[in-house]
This record gives sequence, C-alpha cells and structure tokens, in this order.
Amino acid sequence: MSAGVDLDNVCADFGSFRAVDRVTVHIKPGEFFSFLGPSGCGKTTILRMVSGFIRPSEGKITIGGQDMRDIRPNQRPTALIFQNLALFPLMPVWENIAFGLEVRGVDRKARRDRAEELLRLVDLPGAADKTIGQLSGGQKQRVAIARALAVEPKVMLLDEPLSALDLKLRQHMRAELRAIQKRTNVTFIYITHDQGEALAMSDRVGVMSQGRLQQVSAPQDIYNQPVNGFVASFVGENNIFAGKIGNISSNMAQFETSVGTFKATIGPDAGTAHNPKLYVRPEHARLVAKPVNGENAIAVEIADVAFEGNFISIQARDAHGGILVAEARNDGQGSVPSPGEKLHMVFDAERAVILADETPAANATP
Amino acid sequence: MNDLLRRYGPVLSILFAALTAFWLLALVVLPDLYLFENSFRPYLPISEVGGPKDFYSFDNYLTFFHSPIHIQVFVWTIVYSTVVTVLCFVIAYPLAYYLSKVARSNLLPTLFLLILVPLWVSEVLRSFAWFIILALKGPLNILLLGIGVIDQPIRWLTGFRGVIIGLVYTYVLFMLFPLYNAIQSLDTNQIEAAEDLGSPWWRTHWRVILPHAKPGIASGSVMVFMLSAGSILVPTLLASTSSRWFTEIIQQWMFESQDWNTGSAYAFMLLLLCTIFVSVVMRLFRVKLSDIAK
Ligand SMILES: Nc1ncnc2c1ncn2[C@@H]1O[C@H](COP(=O)(O)OP(=O)(O)OP(=O)(O)O)[C@@H](O)[C@H]1O
Ligand SMILES: [Mg+2]
Repeated sequence: MSAGVDLDNVCADFGSFRAVDRVTVHIKPGEFFSFLGPSGCGKTTILRMVSGFIRPSEGKITIGGQDMRDIRPNQRPTALIFQNLALFPLMPVWENIAFGLEVRGVDRKARRDRAEELLRLVDLPGAADKTIGQLSGGQKQRVAIARALAVEPKVMLLDEPLSALDLKLRQHMRAELRAIQKRTNVTFIYITHDQGEALAMSDRVGVMSQGRLQQVSAPQDIYNQPVNGFVASFVGENNIFAGKIGNISSNMAQFETSVGTFKATIGPDAGTAHNPKLYVRPEHARLVAKPVNGENAIAVEIADVAFEGNFISIQARDAHGGILVAEARNDGQGSVPSPGEKLHMVFDAERAVILADETPAANATP
Repeated sequence: MNDLLRRYGPVLSILFAALTAFWLLALVVLPDLYLFENSFRPYLPISEVGGPKDFYSFDNYLTFFHSPIHIQVFVWTIVYSTVVTVLCFVIAYPLAYYLSKVARSNLLPTLFLLILVPLWVSEVLRSFAWFIILALKGPLNILLLGIGVIDQPIRWLTGFRGVIIGLVYTYVLFMLFPLYNAIQSLDTNQIEAAEDLGSPWWRTHWRVILPHAKPGIASGSVMVFMLSAGSILVPTLLASTSSRWFTEIIQQWMFESQDWNTGSAYAFMLLLLCTIFVSVVMRLFRVKLSDIAK
C-alpha cells in the first residue's frame, strides 16, 4: 500500500547555488512526515525531487526500495499537491478527480463512480458536476486531495496546501488531513513553514534551514530537545543569552553571561561550538520575589504584562535593559505582578539549554 | 478620454479626436459605404449613370450565383484558406509551446528577434523570394537533389502548392502570437500536475494545454483564415495556371472589366460568406466570440 521514502545525501544545485545540501532522511511507510523551515530553505525543491520534476545533483532517492533516478514523474508512485493546488479549471470537479484514472484507461462509468466515492471520503458529496470556479478555498483543497488520492499513490506529497486558507479553515483541514492520512495509511510528506501545523499533524518533523536538515524528531522532541539554536528559536519562543561555557560537569555546565552565571544543560555539539548561547523558554521562566540560594536568577524590573486568557505573558527588563519574557498559566488565583515591580526571573538548570548555532550552510562564506 | 483632456488640454484633445474621426470616417467608412452602395447598382456607361436604368437591385450579387466557375473558385479559396489555417496551426503550436513553456527565458529575446526579422521585409519581396526558392531549377530543388532526398526536381509551383506555401509563410505569425499568449498564460503547475497524475505528454496537451489555448487558437485561426481568403498578393505571385483565388476575380472585375459595381458586390460577398463560414466553424468547435475577445 504505502511505501517508505529514503533520501540519501541528496543535493540540489541551481547553477552555483546549493538549494538543498546533503539531506539524508528515512521516511517510514505510512508515516506523516513534515519538512518545516522558513521561506526559501529548499522545502519545495525537496518535494520536486521526490516527485521527479528536478533531478538531484547528487545523492539518491528511493521510494519503496526502488531507485528513482531514471523514473519520470508520470511513472512514480507519488502524487503531489501543489502549493497553488493546480486544479484543472476547464474540467468539472469529477473529471479533475478522475483525471489520473482517465490516464490509466479506466472507463467512464467506473471513473465517475470512483470520483463520487472519493468526494464522499473528503466530505464533499454532491460536488461532482460543479466547476472548479464554484468551489470555496477549502473545497478546492479537498478536491485536490481527492484528485491525488484517486491514483492510489504510495506517497502523497503536499506543498503548503493550507497556506491559502483562513485560520479557522486551516485548523479544520489539519484535522481532516490527518484523519485522511490515518484512514488511507498513505505515506504523507508535508511541507510547511508553520510550526504549529507541523507539530500538530506529524509523526515526525524535519526542521530545515538554508538547504540543510537540522533535526529530525518527533514533534515533542523538536520542541523540548532542540539540537541547535536554529531549531530552538524557529520552533517556539526563547529567551536567548550570549556568553561562554565555564566549568563542565557531565551534561551540565556553568554558562557565563553579562547578567550572571547560570547552571544549564549542554546541548549536542555545544561544548565545542564557536558561539554557544543559552536558551530558556518563557514557560520555563518564573518570577519570584526572592530566589532560593544557588538557583539561576536574574534581577529584573517588570515592563509589561499581557493577559492572554489561559496564560499571562510578562515582559521584564534585566540590568542592561534587555527584554526577557516569562509565561505563567492562568490558574485563576496567582497574583499578577505589575509594571515597575522589581523581581527575580528564575529557571531550572534542566530546562535551560546551551546550544550551538545551526550547522553552517553550504552557501555561508567561512 | 479624461486622461487625454488632462494631459493635452482641450484644443489638442479635440484635434486628436477630430483627426482620428476623420481617418476612420473618410478613409475607412466612407469608401466602404461608397462601394457598398455601388454594389447594388448596375454597371453603366457614364452617360447613363443616374438615368432610368440606374436603380438598386441584387443583380451584381446574383451574377456570382449564376457563374459556376466563380462559385468553384470561391469554394477552392475557402478550402485552401482552411488548409493554410490548419498548416499554420500545426507549425505554430509546437513553436508557441516551446517558446512559452520550454525555452529558457534568457533565450527568448533572441528567438523572438529571429522570428520577427522576416516580417521587416515587405510581403512582395518575400513572395518573390519564395517564387525563386520554389522554381523548378531553384535553390530548394538543387538542395534536395544535392543531399539526395529526391532524384527528380519537384515542380513546386503547380496547383495550389505555391500559394499555400506562400500564405502559410506570410501569415503563420498571426497564429503564433495568439497561441503564444494563450499558452503562456497557462499555469505551468497544471502541466506538471497532469504529468504527476501519470499523464503522457500527448494527453497533457490534449486535455490541459489545448483546451486552455482554445481562445488563442480561435483568434489565430480566424485571423489567418480571413487574411488568407482576402489575400491578393501571394496568390497572384505564386499562382500556377490552375490555381485561382477569389480575390483575383474581384480584381478582374475592377481593373480588367472596369466594372466596380460587380467587383464590389463580389468583395462584399466574400466578406459575408467568409464570416458565415467562420461563425459556423466556431459554432462547431464551441468557441464564443467573447472567448476570442479575451
Ligand atoms: N528554478 C530555480 N532556479 C534557481 N533558484 C531556485 C530555483 N528554484 C528554487 N530556487 C532557489 O532555491 C531556494 C529554495 O527554494 P524552494 O522553492 O525550495 O524554497 P521553499 O523552502 O519551498 O520556500 P517557500 O516556503 O517560500 O515556498 C530558494 O533560495 C530559491 O531561490
Ligand atoms: Mg515552497
């Protein structure tokens, strides 16, 4: 049914520009895998290599164990959902969905039946004879999914398919896509620059920057155990402190910054990094009147308090005027500090992590 | 209009408008109206113009229907204009597709220049050039003989062959540009989407690219067809003894017989019948006028 996708040291070059740099990842059959990264980091390029529209300049792509080198896009067991969907506006909805079957020589009656069936699957019954122009954004989205599913792909490739939708619809379609993936058990490779989307839907997420894969992990691990500064700051918020590593004891170290020396966990490769930084998530920072002895603490003055409903976001200024952020759950009874108040921001050594910057990109000048 | 007023002031604006109106009225509309009126009047010696015999009738138009040879020439004109149109499409479509979707964009200016340069040479010269190229002992035959493709020189300029070649050459660009525009406007993702769904190249063209290009095909075809059917230069220069074009008959009426009345009637006949033919064909292919205007 579904097939795994293996990328082995895959590179893509446009002239002298390396858009994808030595990406290696093994996507399992039936997995929902997301590539997450900022605009221009090479996500679409990866997808176009898997679907066959671009040849990797180096490396190997296999799908279901089969080398894809000389296999044209129309022979691959993949179906791509384009960033702009690329539905055929001159065909009615059902012909759009049945196009892949038409290509395979399925007769008209069977095509029509299958299209109706898929329309029910994507929760759009009765739209068969509409034109594409008569559909709303979310409906077009579903037709594109149905059209891709019709060819029974082993791998479904989705290029930011939800980016054109409004927030509400986007959240609805997230759940829908996830459900369709579970129902059909097709391998999904999903591309997005929206971290919420990637974390909420995926089995695993690959975070990319400048053509390089930075980290491949389950969503919780991406968030809780980022391997470098890029992943930490691209996914979620952080208080970031520059400084240098002092005494190291096993996986902990002293980190010397301009606002004090803190005990923190050392991330991968951070011990030898050029320019390590300390990352503390706002929800792991607390504000107290008097820190316990030996606790990581920074003297701050409260600058602004934003009540967000289920949580409270507090901005505080350190001795040098740098802005730090702490977030507290709103349990309905805790007192809220007021601007001007002098407090201490404290955080646990286990929840503060020293990370190297991202792995340098191929294009970065040394 | 307001823009014009603001930019050039009332005096200049009125002058522009007046000049345009004069050009349209005096040089386009009035001569046509004059011919149109004349086409309903008999051809008379000067002395009898305005006399008792000078009254409106359809006689000039009926002359056409009473002359089997003229009808035959008309039919051939339509048939071969259609052939020219189809040939232009067959040549222009792959080229338009190549230019709009395959060629690298930095090559485009050069390619367009190469295509356009022949247009700068006058139509007369180009037709004469073909006359020379296609002659029995002309360069084309010498070349083909030389590389051994043929062992007898081909008589190119028999039947309608010369006319067809000349007309295709002259009007193919009128097909190319609308096609280029139409295909250019197609989202390349749609071509890739079709391929991704397993479509071989020919089906992608048949189901995705051609339907999208239909308005372009229609406007290109109408233009090539009308221009071919109304062409006088190419048929005169590249005709053989057996090929007569309807416009040549009109010319005969006007300049050899000096009968402008019947000549005008034939000219309007050509316009009318071609328009009807084109409308019928457009109907058959389900093209609407509004598609073309897009
Ligand atoms: N055909 C091309 N020629 C030259 N450079 C290209 C080409 N396609 C992509 N690039 C470059 O490769 C890099 C990666 O592009 P890609 O489209 O993969 O980014 P992306 O991650 O999908 O971004 P987005 O989120 O904006 O869609 C970009 O810097 C882009 O400029
Ligand atoms: Mg992209």
